[in-house]
Amino acid sequence: MGEVKKIKNLKEFSTSADRFEGANLLCPGCAHSIIVREVLNATNDDLILASSTGCLEVCTAVYPYTSWDASWIHIGFENGSTAVAGAEAMYQALKKKGRLKQPDRSTKFVAFGGDGASYDIGFQWISGCMERGHDMMYIVLDNEVYANTGGQRSSATPIGASATTSPAGRKSYGEKKNKKDMVAIMAAHNIPYSAQVAPNKWKDMVKKIQHGLNVEGPVFINAMSPCTTEWKFDPKDTMMISDLATDSLVFPLYEIIDGHELNITYRPKHKVPVEEYLAAQGRFKHLFKAEYKHMIKEWQDRVDATWESLQRREEARV
Amino acid sequence: MAFDKLELRDIEVWDGNLAVAQAMRQVQIDVVAAYPITPSTPIVEGYAKFLADGYIEGEFVMVESEHAAMSGCIGASAAGGRVATATSSQGFALMVETLYQASGMRLPIVLNVVNRALAAPLNVNGDHSDMYLGRDSGWIQFDAYNAQEAYDLNFIAFKVAEDHSVRLPAMVHQDGFLTSHTAQGVKTITDDAAYNFVGEFKPMNDMLDLDHPVTHGVQAEEDWHFEHKARQHRDLMLNVVPRIHEAFDAFEKLTGRKYNMVEQYNMDDAEVAVVCMGSSVETACEVAQELRDQGMKVGVVGIRVIRPFPFKEVIDALKDLKAIGALDRSSPNGAPGMLFNEIAGALFNTDTKAALSGYVYGLGGRDLTKEHLRDLFKELKVNADAGKVTTQLQQFIGVRGPKLAFL
Repeated sequence: MGEVKKIKNLKEFSTSADRFEGANLLCPGCAHSIIVREVLNATNDDLILASSTGCLEVCTAVYPYTSWDASWIHIGFENGSTAVAGAEAMYQALKKKGRLKQPDRSTKFVAFGGDGASYDIGFQWISGCMERGHDMMYIVLDNEVYANTGGQRSSATPIGASATTSPAGRKSYGEKKNKKDMVAIMAAHNIPYSAQVAPNKWKDMVKKIQHGLNVEGPVFINAMSPCTTEWKFDPKDTMMISDLATDSLVFPLYEIIDGHELNITYRPKHKVPVEEYLAAQGRFKHLFKAEYKHMIKEWQDRVDATWESLQRREEARV
Repeated sequence: MAFDKLELRDIEVWDGNLAVAQAMRQVQIDVVAAYPITPSTPIVEGYAKFLADGYIEGEFVMVESEHAAMSGCIGASAAGGRVATATSSQGFALMVETLYQASGMRLPIVLNVVNRALAAPLNVNGDHSDMYLGRDSGWIQFDAYNAQEAYDLNFIAFKVAEDHSVRLPAMVHQDGFLTSHTAQGVKTITDDAAYNFVGEFKPMNDMLDLDHPVTHGVQAEEDWHFEHKARQHRDLMLNVVPRIHEAFDAFEKLTGRKYNMVEQYNMDDAEVAVVCMGSSVETACEVAQELRDQGMKVGVVGIRVIRPFPFKEVIDALKDLKAIGALDRSSPNGAPGMLFNEIAGALFNTDTKAALSGYVYGLGGRDLTKEHLRDLFKELKVNADAGKVTTQLQQFIGVRGPKLAFL
């Protein structure tokens, strides 16, 4: 187990030695780079990283440049999880055989993938990695849409959002299905740790990443990543949108230990109506037309029900 | 050493699958990520049993699909160590995306492909459809005609693939069931000699070298993609062939068994020959010998290295013939067969007078009988005497219904 990095305050955290360079091609206001820096700065461990095909990958490793100052691998859209699992297997093999070049260093394995790569096309690969018990962390950069290819729906796209393959129109309010509960599915693999994080709650993020890196076995993290381009908000408002998401409980922050013990890790002092979260984003604009307004109440009811359910699961301690 | 070695008899009775599992044990692979599929399953099972009995120290990752198997192999190989796996048919097809990624990322993974037909209709038996599917994937491809060769070619594959002037993955092919499940006497190499032949794995651009971080699997659009692909092709054309010759020579020194890019049987004064791959080579050799005994000047050419295609060796072997039959065990689906095309391409700018015709045979494990081959040699003899192809250029052998011939 590596030594847990001590982080006193945001200033110190934000100026930690970076292993992810600011020189990348991500959109201004993209939360991906914020989350990646938070994850990498949370630890002093050596990191072996992977990304699935997606925004993060295409924007950070365009030959002959790289934004990564730690070993990093990309194979395809669906297999970022298995790429890092393979590397972890090699680490275990070389450790046994006494062939690690730096055997005394604490080395951790982390894969990043978008919600398309994780909820959809790479779902089976992640499930396999979680089931097999690799000592690795998988982090979804969940922007609820196929952003890299121009905003097509994924199974993380929430109901009522307008995406290019589920557009709002004269006869449609946009996406018809609600978002898949990926954290619950991954927790059902009985992995030691799974959690939701958000970039605006950096202390919560650091605590969870540090916990995740220090448990033995597979860890699953779902990180909300507001997408200025596809959610349609001003690039300067990324953190404001994140605050609305966590404070309206559209995106509740919690963790699940060993697949069953659920802890809510953030309770907003002032709960914000879901309507404010929806109103701040262009992808939900059409919901405010008279014919779809009923959707807003349904949204609030659903968010309330999920919050209630999380609280009951937390109390139950089972 | 945290694993035990095995004392092998000089000759063991192994089928092709067990021979490969033994070779994989002997080269002390660091990571095998695999998913079972008929008829290659016993390779994976055999390896698992060696692990369970303490004869292997590496990691064995049983993944959830062949795509994940090759994905895991890529991650493991990029991390820096010896990596191999095995598959067949549909599993191979599922892997195809990652095959291109493995070779494009220059990772020396060894893949044993126990050849089997591709659905539909679903079929578990041996033909070369999967082998042909891999031919543009940037891998080195060796073809074994029997269990002994499947064993031997594994050592050669690791040695060539891992050479730092190569750093390309390699496949070792054998025929499903006909080779993979047919036991024969296999001359063994001791554990130490086998390991020493391949040598210790020497990492390059290994992700686990923590002081030298590397980025694997970048994006390269129209500004750089072509240069990467061109360099890979150049290395296949220029670097791989000398390394294969060296490995063949070194292997002959170790075992006395001689391999060539193109194998020739009864070819010295041959006027007609068939060119084929896999277990059919042995059948063709038997028939050719029988016809030789009857005074016909016939021979057999087997392609040992499919990629890089042995252009020069094929010309040398075939240019002086009067008639050639190219046998393809994969449906070309709307074109001449691959072997026909490659041979035609090799011979086109030479002054050969050979009449070349193509045959599609054995799909889905349909037997290629000695009778088929006798008829074929006789047909080729007619072509030789006429100085031209007297049939249509492409014919199907051994299929029911009206005779199929095209072109």
